[in-house]
Amino acid sequence: MQKSPLPSPLLDVKNVTRILSGVVQTTLLRGINLSVKCGEFVTITGPSGGGKSSLLYLLGLLDRPTNGEIFIQGQATSACATTELADIRLQKIGFVFQFHFLLEEFTALENVMLPMNQLNKSTFEERQQRAEQLLTTFNLAEHLYKRPDQLSGGQRQRVAIARALANAPALILADEPTGNLDTKNADIVFKAFRKIVDDTGASVIVVTHDMELAKRADRQIHLVDGQIVS
Amino acid sequence: MFLSLTIAIKHLRHRRRQSLVSVLGVALGVGFFIALAALMQGFQGYILSTVVDVSPHIRIQDEYRTPRPQPATLAYPHATLINYRGLRPRDERRGIREYREIVEALKKMRGITFSTSLSGQAFLRYGTAEVSASIQGIVPADERKITRIERDMSSGSFDDLLTAPNGIILGQTMARRLGVSMGDSLTAVSSRGLTMRVKVVGMLATGIATIDESMAYMLLKKVQILEEKPNRISDINLRINNPDDAAALALKLEQRFQWKAESWKEANSGIFGVFTVQNIVMYSTVSAIMVVAAFGIFNIISTIIHEKTRDIAILKSLGFREKNIRAIFVWQGLIVAMIGVIIGWILGYGLSSALAAVRLHIGGMIESDHLFILWSFWHYGLAALFSITAALFAAWLPARKAASLNPVDIIRGVG
Repeated sequence: MQKSPLPSPLLDVKNVTRILSGVVQTTLLRGINLSVKCGEFVTITGPSGGGKSSLLYLLGLLDRPTNGEIFIQGQATSACATTELADIRLQKIGFVFQFHFLLEEFTALENVMLPMNQLNKSTFEERQQRAEQLLTTFNLAEHLYKRPDQLSGGQRQRVAIARALANAPALILADEPTGNLDTKNADIVFKAFRKIVDDTGASVIVVTHDMELAKRADRQIHLVDGQIVS
Repeated sequence: MFLSLTIAIKHLRHRRRQSLVSVLGVALGVGFFIALAALMQGFQGYILSTVVDVSPHIRIQDEYRTPRPQPATLAYPHATLINYRGLRPRDERRGIREYREIVEALKKMRGITFSTSLSGQAFLRYGTAEVSASIQGIVPADERKITRIERDMSSGSFDDLLTAPNGIILGQTMARRLGVSMGDSLTAVSSRGLTMRVKVVGMLATGIATIDESMAYMLLKKVQILEEKPNRISDINLRINNPDDAAALALKLEQRFQWKAESWKEANSGIFGVFTVQNIVMYSTVSAIMVVAAFGIFNIISTIIHEKTRDIAILKSLGFREKNIRAIFVWQGLIVAMIGVIIGWILGYGLSSALAAVRLHIGGMIESDHLFILWSFWHYGLAALFSITAALFAAWLPARKAASLNPVDIIRGVG
C-alpha cells in the first residue's frame, strides 16, 4: 500500500449545527468546528446521545448539516447534489460500522470488491487481486470465499475494514467498530486502524466508548450535548 | 448496471421459493393469455374468413336506404313549404331494372370484379317432403370470381348448371331433409305460384348451417322466369382487392347509384359486436391474471426491500447512487418477468397445442370437429410486452421507495 499525496487539511468542519425537525425540535450538534489533517488518527468520545454518531454521519456525507459547512479536500459539500455526495463517498470515504454490515449473500472477497466494482476504474482481475491483498493484510487469506455467517465477529469486522479501504479512500470513518468485539479482537481492529494511518496516509476518525482504546489515537475529541468540549 | 444486476440475482436466489411463486404467476398469465388469444382469434378468424370467402365484399341490393325524393323536392331543393299528403308508394315489382347501366359503369372501375344475381323464395318438393329455400339465380362464370362457395361443394360444380336443363345446387342439409341425392328431380314452386321441375346437379357443404340448410343455386335466367322478373336482378355482388376498403367504396357506390350498397362488415355487424364482447371478456380475464402476477412481483420486491433495508444503507454508505439502488429492484422485477415470460411461452404453446388436439363435435351455426387455433407470434410478443410492462411498474414503485430511504435512519434503527 502506498501513501497518497493529499492536500492538507483533509477535512474542515465550519460551525456545523444539526437540528432534527419534527413535533419537537432536537439539536443534535451545535457550532462544531473541527479540522483533520491527512494521516491523522482521531477518536471521538463522549456519553451516549452526545452526538458522536450524528457528527460521524455528517462527516461521511450521509446526512446534511442544518447550518455550517463541511469541506473535504477543500471542496464545500453543502450545495452538492445527492449523486455528487455519493461519488465523494465512493472515492474519498470509507465506512466501518459497529455491526459489520456485510452483504450476507456475498463472500468476503465479493464484499471487499463491491466499492471497486461500483467505481469501475480497474479490470476485474485487478480488483480481485487488490481485494485478496487487503484481506490477506488482515489475516483473512483463508476466508476469501466464506460468507459472513461463516466468519467470527472479529473476522467480519476486519472484512468490513478491508472493504472500507477498497478504493483507497483519504478518510476512514468508524462508528464504534469495537463495540461488539471482545478485548482481543478490539485490539486487533485498533491496530489495523493504526496500520492504515501509518501505511496509507489516510485519516481515520473512530467513534468509541472505550477510553483506553481512544487514548491510542493521535488526537481525542470529547463531545458532550452536541458540542466539542475538549 | 451489471453490479446492480448481480446484486438483484443474488437477492432473488436467496429467496428462491418466493421468487419461483412470482415467476409462476407471470408464467400462468402469459400462458393463459397465449392460449386464450389463440383460441378466441382462431375462432374469430375462422368465422371472418368463412364470411369473407362465401360472401361478396359489397352487395348492391334492390332497396333504398332512404325513400327516393319526390320530383317536387328535387325540383325545389331549398323549398321549405312543400307538404305531401296521401302519397302512396308505386306498386312495382322489386328488382334492379336498369342494372345493365350499373354493370357498364362498374366495368370501367379498376380493381373490381362483380356478379349479378336474383334471389327469391321457393318451396322445393320431393314426394311428400317440402322445404322452403332461398334460391339464388347466378351467372356461374361471374359468381366464381366473387365467392369461393364453389370450393365448399361436396359434389358437382357451378358449370353443371349450364349443362343440365333446370339444374339446381342444394345445401346438403336441405338435400338430406328432402331425401334427394345427385341427379334426382324435384319440383320448385315460386312465391308467384309458378312451378318448375329442377334436377340436382350439385351439393354444398360450407359448414355454415344457414347456408347448408336453406340455400339453393340456379341459373339467373331460370330464377328470373320462376320469379317472373325478366330483366331484373336483386343483387350486384362485388369483390375488391382489399376487403378493408369495402365500407368506403360501398358508400361511394350508394351515393352514385342510389341503391343500397352494403359492405361485408355492415352485413356482419352483429358478428363483430359479438367479437368485441368476446375480446373484452378475454382481455379482462387475462388482465386480471396479469394484475395478480404484478401483485406477486410487487409483493416479493417489497419483501426483499423490507429485509434488505440494511443492505440499502450499506450500499449508499459505500457510494451507490439512488439510481443504482433503484436499478437493483427494477432488475429483480425484470428478471422475474422475463423468466416468467419464457416459461409462459412454453406453457402457452403447450396449452394451444392441447386445445388444437381436442376432438369434439361442434354443431349449430358452425360445424367442425375441432377447435380453431390461430398460431401467431404476435400473441407471444403481446403477452411478453404486457407482463414485462406490468412487472416493471410493479417493481418500480417499491424500488423508488427503496432508493429514497435515508441510510442514517436505517443505521440508527439497527443500532
